[in-house]
Amino acid sequence: MDVFLQQVLSGLATGGIYASLALALVMIYQATDVVNFAQGEMAMFATYLAWSMLNAGMSYWLTFVATLAIAFVAGVAIQRIIIRPVETAPILTIVIVTLGLLVILNSVAGWIWTYLQKPFPSPFPREPIRIGGIVFGAHDVGEIAVTLVMLALLFAFFRFTPLGLAMRAAAQNPVSSRLAGIRVGWMLALGWGLAAVFGAVAGLMVAPVLTLDPNMMGGIQIYAFAAATLGGFGSPVGAVVGGFIVGITENLVGTYVSFIGTELKLTVALAMIIVVLLVRPAGLFGRTVVRRV
Amino acid sequence: MPAILEVEALEAFYGRTKALHGVSFAMDEGGITTVLGANGAGKTTTLRAICAMIRRSGSIRFAGQRIEGRGTEDIVKLGIAHVPEGRGTFVDLTVEENLRVGAWARRAGGSVAEDMTRVFGYFPILAERRRQVAGTLSGGEQQMLAVSRALMLRPRLLLLDEPSLGLAPLIVREIFRILRAINREAGVSILLVEQNASLALDLADHVFLLETGRMVLSGTSDVLKRDDAIRRSYLGY
Amino acid sequence: MSRGLRLALFVGAVGAAVVVPAFVSGFRLFQFTQVYIYAIALMGLNLLTGYNGQFSLGHGAFYAIGAYTSAIMMDRWNVPYGWTIPVAGVLCLVVGFLFGRPALRLEGLYLALATFSLALAVPQILKYFEHWTGGSQGIVLTKPKAPWGVPLTEDQWLYYLTLAVTVAMFVAAANLIRGRVGRAIVAIRDNHLAAEVMGVDTALVKSVTFGVSAAYTGVAGALSAIVIAFVAPDSFNVFLSVTLLIGIVIGGFASIWGNIFGALFIQFVPNWAQDISKAAPWAIFGIFLIGFMYAMPYGIAGAIRRLWIRWVVSRVSRAPGGDVRSSPAKASTT
Repeated sequence: MDVFLQQVLSGLATGGIYASLALALVMIYQATDVVNFAQGEMAMFATYLAWSMLNAGMSYWLTFVATLAIAFVAGVAIQRIIIRPVETAPILTIVIVTLGLLVILNSVAGWIWTYLQKPFPSPFPREPIRIGGIVFGAHDVGEIAVTLVMLALLFAFFRFTPLGLAMRAAAQNPVSSRLAGIRVGWMLALGWGLAAVFGAVAGLMVAPVLTLDPNMMGGIQIYAFAAATLGGFGSPVGAVVGGFIVGITENLVGTYVSFIGTELKLTVALAMIIVVLLVRPAGLFGRTVVRRV
Repeated sequence: MPAILEVEALEAFYGRTKALHGVSFAMDEGGITTVLGANGAGKTTTLRAICAMIRRSGSIRFAGQRIEGRGTEDIVKLGIAHVPEGRGTFVDLTVEENLRVGAWARRAGGSVAEDMTRVFGYFPILAERRRQVAGTLSGGEQQMLAVSRALMLRPRLLLLDEPSLGLAPLIVREIFRILRAINREAGVSILLVEQNASLALDLADHVFLLETGRMVLSGTSDVLKRDDAIRRSYLGY
Repeated sequence: MSRGLRLALFVGAVGAAVVVPAFVSGFRLFQFTQVYIYAIALMGLNLLTGYNGQFSLGHGAFYAIGAYTSAIMMDRWNVPYGWTIPVAGVLCLVVGFLFGRPALRLEGLYLALATFSLALAVPQILKYFEHWTGGSQGIVLTKPKAPWGVPLTEDQWLYYLTLAVTVAMFVAAANLIRGRVGRAIVAIRDNHLAAEVMGVDTALVKSVTFGVSAAYTGVAGALSAIVIAFVAPDSFNVFLSVTLLIGIVIGGFASIWGNIFGALFIQFVPNWAQDISKAAPWAIFGIFLIGFMYAMPYGIAGAIRRLWIRWVVSRVSRAPGGDVRSSPAKASTT
């Protein structure tokens, strides 16, 4: 039973990372129908910037906040400068642009920081925590806490602030939003900024576990796709819930099903995607789109 | 009375196709004007052109200010609210959130809560449904919500595109009654595009008639109502 | 474009292709052969995604099936390489059709995700069935020599063989697209519901299109096994599928010529990128990609189409009495 709870918590921790990245993907998809294939690489790049700041002697939490701020600005800038010129182009064209961005970020990161793996510190203590007599890793607990805090802030922002409401409106109905005086283009840019922030959170939380290298986020992004598919690509709540489910499932399957080693773990994620798509393409929280003709 | 809207030689385009061929008219502040015409006459196009939703040329003045070079969001901020055809409801937001969105660009003065109370005064049914998701409202309620959302802007000019479309006659009559009240109490000028000519003529002071992108008739609604020949040939009744 | 002009361009292109080996040899010739192979693969993907609107991010899987079918037939059963090509094609036709059936329920993003997952799984599946596939080591093959003592080097023979297959398959595709089936395929892309209502058996057409599309890409895979004389699981990873997708977007959707342009791009631009920057070649490639998409959002074929239309329109409206503007009554107002 102890092992089970430990694996569940551990699964929640990695699930939080998948949830953050999945949320980033879904936020952009919801507003623009575009899947940002570069989301993982943007997160990786932000994490490298954090590494450089930490290396220069900055304290962890200051670096954390600074990285999120830089990620936000970068996300806004990428949308305004790189994505806007092809906004009206066919969806696949925009997707190819994100692929181009993926490749550029990966390559530049390798060029600046080399492909050698670098250790990345965790802000949480090494000693495990005891809860109800069961031992849990402090990093896992801390990760879950950080994820939940960020999610709560985002939820509050969207629910209770005028800007958050304007962003939701712009994503759902751009035409009516313009008629309400909302600058839809800038709302999209803000969406990209927030998505980048959540990507950065995922990167910062996973780097201590996986060690930092330019290809760090590749596998995570696939899990994030699985999470978003499970939860429903049209639903931010779904992405988060999907992320946690994927994380727990991955961990439990890895622990209890003996022949699934680390390589085949990824196949579990892929199998989840296929099964969800065959059974219920819209995901747990998604709504089947009925298009009026 | 100063003119709230002056349009001169307005041409509008959908891609390469010209939909309006040099339309000119003026509206007095505080008045209600209706634009009538058959399908495809260019009525909706006129409203879209005023709000810079499509490519246009010609001069448009709002309360003396030239707006033909501005973007939709700026025009809205100046005080023109457009209730589009089909109502443009934010179907996944609640009634209350819809109204808050309407207040996003408002001109200074008064709190959002006050305006919401005022709007609920015009349309009590919306107060009942304030936490309901807007997509679940009936057509008539969505139309009321659309008008209310526009009012949250505290506009000087309200553009309405076929508010009667798809609604039961009783509801339409109710909405038109409230429009008259809004015009009188809040001094909001109204430019109304309608296919339901008789209702529109009852509400409006002035009428413009469009036919294939050109203005063919303009005058006061009284005169038009009384002139049988014009009514029969252009309005069909 | 008039049939005469089209035919002239076609003959010209084939003629130019035929004389290429006189000027180019060795590795460069091999690269051109690879271009034709990619072009066939892209034709397959374009048929499905460009003409029929079904997004596939997993066509690398069919390429792999074709390649391994050919490799296993040649290596295990000593089947002459020529026969492996149609067999790979037919096998992929069946597999593609079978895949197309469940895919009917998926649209847009969801189909893309499903095919993407498939593409990710391919290397692992190939490594898993080591007995057949040779596992991670792959299968080494011998490059075929020109038959009947024809005086061509291996590279030249393979070049002409591939060129012949390419021309044949492109002509077949063109006929398919210009016929009734082709119109049904496009109709489904443009308006699924209207197509159904007009009597098109959309389920059948979509599945068959999937099959044919897979067959084309499978043939390309088989050719690549023959030409490269080696297959290994890691050559068929997700990057292959992404590369094919890039190929049809750059080349241009729903275009036959576009596939040639796309193939040229995916074959040569990565090399140019490497020439420009040894340190970060993929960054240069990414910049090329983004730049291309800015300049030609509808692909190279799309850009050419636009220029062509603009040229035609400018000639028409200069003609006396030629007024290109349609009457305002046709404006789409509501």
